[in-house]
Amino acid sequence: MRRLLGGATLAGLVAGLVMAFGIAPREATQGNVQRIMYLHVPSVWVAYLAFGVVLVASVVYLVRRDDRADRLAHASAEVGVLFTGLTIATGSIWGKPTWGTWWTWDARLTSVSILFVMYLGYLLLRGMVEDRERGARFAAVLGIVAAFNIPLVHFSVIWWRTLHQPPSLMKPGPGAMPGIIVAALLVNFAAFTLLYVYFVTRRTVVLGLEAEAEA
Amino acid sequence: MNQKRKLIVGGIVIAGALTYMIYAGVTQSAVYFVTPAELRAAPVPGKAYRLGGMVVPGSLKWEPRSLDLSFTLSDGTATVPVRHKGTPPDLFGEGRGAVLEGSWTADGYFKATLIMAKHSEEYKAPHDQSEAGYRELLKTLRGEGR
Repeated sequence: MRRLLGGATLAGLVAGLVMAFGIAPREATQGNVQRIMYLHVPSVWVAYLAFGVVLVASVVYLVRRDDRADRLAHASAEVGVLFTGLTIATGSIWGKPTWGTWWTWDARLTSVSILFVMYLGYLLLRGMVEDRERGARFAAVLGIVAAFNIPLVHFSVIWWRTLHQPPSLMKPGPGAMPGIIVAALLVNFAAFTLLYVYFVTRRTVVLGLEAEAEA
Repeated sequence: MNQKRKLIVGGIVIAGALTYMIYAGVTQSAVYFVTPAELRAAPVPGKAYRLGGMVVPGSLKWEPRSLDLSFTLSDGTATVPVRHKGTPPDLFGEGRGAVLEGSWTADGYFKATLIMAKHSEEYKAPHDQSEAGYRELLKTLRGEGR
């Protein structure tokens, strides 16, 4: 099962690269820089997904006190922080040639920074509390509260004036992207989702072994 | 209702209230950029602004030797003359969105120290020559303009 998932993830990532660099056209206005989008947008999707899983697992932990839910939340938060960092880094690299600046404090960039810092804090909190059960409880509460940032990040470009453009996908009205660009994006969405599942399942297993060793 | 449930419900209420407060606070006070119409309504010379709008087609003048750049920025209702010294980003151009950092001068123009190109959410394959509608771009610029 593990090897199957790993193989599918690898195949997905290769297919994603081929779509992004081989099949998708050179975008008319931005040129090749636009291809960063095939990394940037799936990364932020994985971050949303990861923190969504943290939210659900945290609620389950608080209700059932099941350590497996706690480990899932822990693993998912780690992967989420990684992909939030990747989103910010790729966005910045794209921003310099496109906008003319690496960084600006508009609502999207500010809210995503807050998201990043809150989940870094979440991981710090987990490491700081001496008593494991207490630490898990505190983390679960923060894991629920911090999830309120996700809609804030996503809708920031609609609610406020920003430098960052509004979403191209999942918006009402006619499509803002040709089908081939959407297809390349979707392949990368699928590949990154598989990568997320692979990372989280592996990490959860390791966390379980650690807990066993400690017991 | 047991203790645990109370804690969870309480936490959600607090988080919801916090989110609303941040949303309401930021919406009312912090505006990332002002539009030409807003700047025209109450211009303060020497004050630092971020100004967002569209570069009016035909207004762009660029002197590569001295790096002097001048153009007119519009939001559809008002216009502001802009001067800048330097090289703008590649995506900057006539009929496109831009966000400028700089200040209003007593001489009646906006002195930009940084030019940022605002990208629209439109992506096009190279053979598709249709220009993204000016009106459409203006819409993304204003956002829900408050």
